[in-house]
Amino acid sequence: MSTVSVAPAAAPVRPRRARWYRQPTLVAGLALLAVIASMCFAAPLLSSFNPDTQNLEEPLASIGQYGHLLGTDQEGRDTWARLLFGGQADLRVAIIAVIFPFIIGTVLGSLAGYFGGWVDVVIMRVIDIVVAFPFFVLVIALVFVLGAGEKSIYIAITAVGWVSYARITRGEITVAKRQEYVLAAQSGGLSSVRIIGRHLLPNVVTQSIVYAMSDIVQNILAIVTLSYLGLGIQPPTPDWGTMIADGQNFLTTQWQLTTIPGLAVVITGLALSLVGDGLADLLRPGTS
Amino acid sequence: MSGPAQLEVSDLRVQITAQHGVVRPIDGVSLEIGAGEAVGLVGESGSGKSLTLKSILGLLPPEAKVTSGRVVFNGTDLTQLSRSRLNKVRGAKIAMIFQEPMSALNPVMRVGNQIAEGPRIHLGMSRAQSVRRAVDLMRRVGIPDPERRFRAFPHEFSGGMRQRVMIAMALSCDPELILCDEPTTALDVTIQDQILRLLAELCRESGTSLMFVTHDLPVVAQVCHQVAVMYAGRIVERGTVAEVFSRPLHPYTLGLLRSAPDVDRPGQSLVPIPGSPPSLASPPPGCRFHPRCKFAEEDCKATEPPLRLVDVSRVTACLHYERCLDEIGADT
Repeated sequence: MSTVSVAPAAAPVRPRRARWYRQPTLVAGLALLAVIASMCFAAPLLSSFNPDTQNLEEPLASIGQYGHLLGTDQEGRDTWARLLFGGQADLRVAIIAVIFPFIIGTVLGSLAGYFGGWVDVVIMRVIDIVVAFPFFVLVIALVFVLGAGEKSIYIAITAVGWVSYARITRGEITVAKRQEYVLAAQSGGLSSVRIIGRHLLPNVVTQSIVYAMSDIVQNILAIVTLSYLGLGIQPPTPDWGTMIADGQNFLTTQWQLTTIPGLAVVITGLALSLVGDGLADLLRPGTS
Repeated sequence: MSGPAQLEVSDLRVQITAQHGVVRPIDGVSLEIGAGEAVGLVGESGSGKSLTLKSILGLLPPEAKVTSGRVVFNGTDLTQLSRSRLNKVRGAKIAMIFQEPMSALNPVMRVGNQIAEGPRIHLGMSRAQSVRRAVDLMRRVGIPDPERRFRAFPHEFSGGMRQRVMIAMALSCDPELILCDEPTTALDVTIQDQILRLLAELCRESGTSLMFVTHDLPVVAQVCHQVAVMYAGRIVERGTVAEVFSRPLHPYTLGLLRSAPDVDRPGQSLVPIPGSPPSLASPPPGCRFHPRCKFAEEDCKATEPPLRLVDVSRVTACLHYERCLDEIGADT
């Protein structure tokens, strides 16, 4: 048998890239998110007050009073500074807390979907157990057991959140593995790991990425809820949940103490949802 | 046949366990293919020809099982190999080309990378080497401007171009045998002809053998030397293309030939085969073709006709094959 002769060839030329900037939802979401994130992480530049410094001579200042842009809370701490620094903590924790469930869920979901059989049965039964509890109940219970704090939030959200990614990935892979290109990859002698990693996941991971965006929103809500209950980010570190909880005693007189961090949660959620929708449109294969 | 068989399938049986019982889509198929040969496997839909091809490489769907038989390739029985050892044969020694070039290519992977993947895994090539090889293969299968097209995605290609990519993938590791599952069915006739010529030429150049599954008789005539005819999970006739097409020794083959138009004999009326293929869940006793066969006798219903050698390299499973010859004689 003669071998296929290999002639020297020029390096392949790069074609045009997918145009992400033509997706209005994605651009709007990213812009909004960029504004929020840069404001939070540039907090020291945007506020001259320390978020933790109490000033008992100026408690419960109204908007603009004593030079406080958004007033102060019951201990005289600057609301604007606390809002920015609080967003820093919430965003950081929410984004980190989405990475672990994403990886674990995607890997387990791919294994269940691709191999089926007992692997699938075992993984799906574990998922069923986790899903049997409402998300917040399980997260709150886990954080309560593990003790309040950032590390517990990561562990609790990972332990509960991976099931969504596993279910999405499993469903997508169960369908995709019946496609002929998978059969073609098998006929080419590729290992199962390679078929899952190089051929199946790139085709199905879009759904998980889109879900991850809404999952960050859910994580922010979870963190805010936990902090509201005193189980989340611990004082004196500022956080939107703690701010809402602290402010509710003064709702009738100083409404901005609860409303402003609440609005921050809503706007951040909106930005992430827009990014998610935009990504869904952009990443859908075969469209441009 | 040139030398010992490269691939020998003997008495292959496949069983599918469905909800309403057991189906045997392949029931005792024997085939062989010598080095450098091109063998066609023809039959109508559901006759088990595609499944035969898939079971050679162990690509059956999970509900289907090989219950008996051997698939011996260069002395090793592929049905007995572990998954990892089978993966060293797949793609490297035996490659496969599929019917639908759209769905057989990964939609989100650049075509060049799909071609380069095999050489990198099986031939241990570096990334740069495999890329060069892929570009060269793309040129050889007639894809214009391969350096640029390397980075294209499958949806940017036409059907014919995609099938060229599939051929390049199949050839990428210099396999000894290429299995083709109706590779031209999804293409226009003109493209079909180009692809067949290309495939036949590349295989002839490199001495690669070809197993060609199709329901299209002219395609077999164009590409193959040997042909095996399948009906309801069994081989009913085997021989060289010229012999089988000019002197069929099985009434099913005769029926297939008469139901297809022939350019050389314009005006000849087409004769369909009456009835429809039997249910594989409960095939008729005896010869599986007897309910549709005009030559059927009582013994056809009673005994399962074995494949037997009737002439030099002619094999048929018909008890009364002489009648086919009489019929052809009466026609001409």
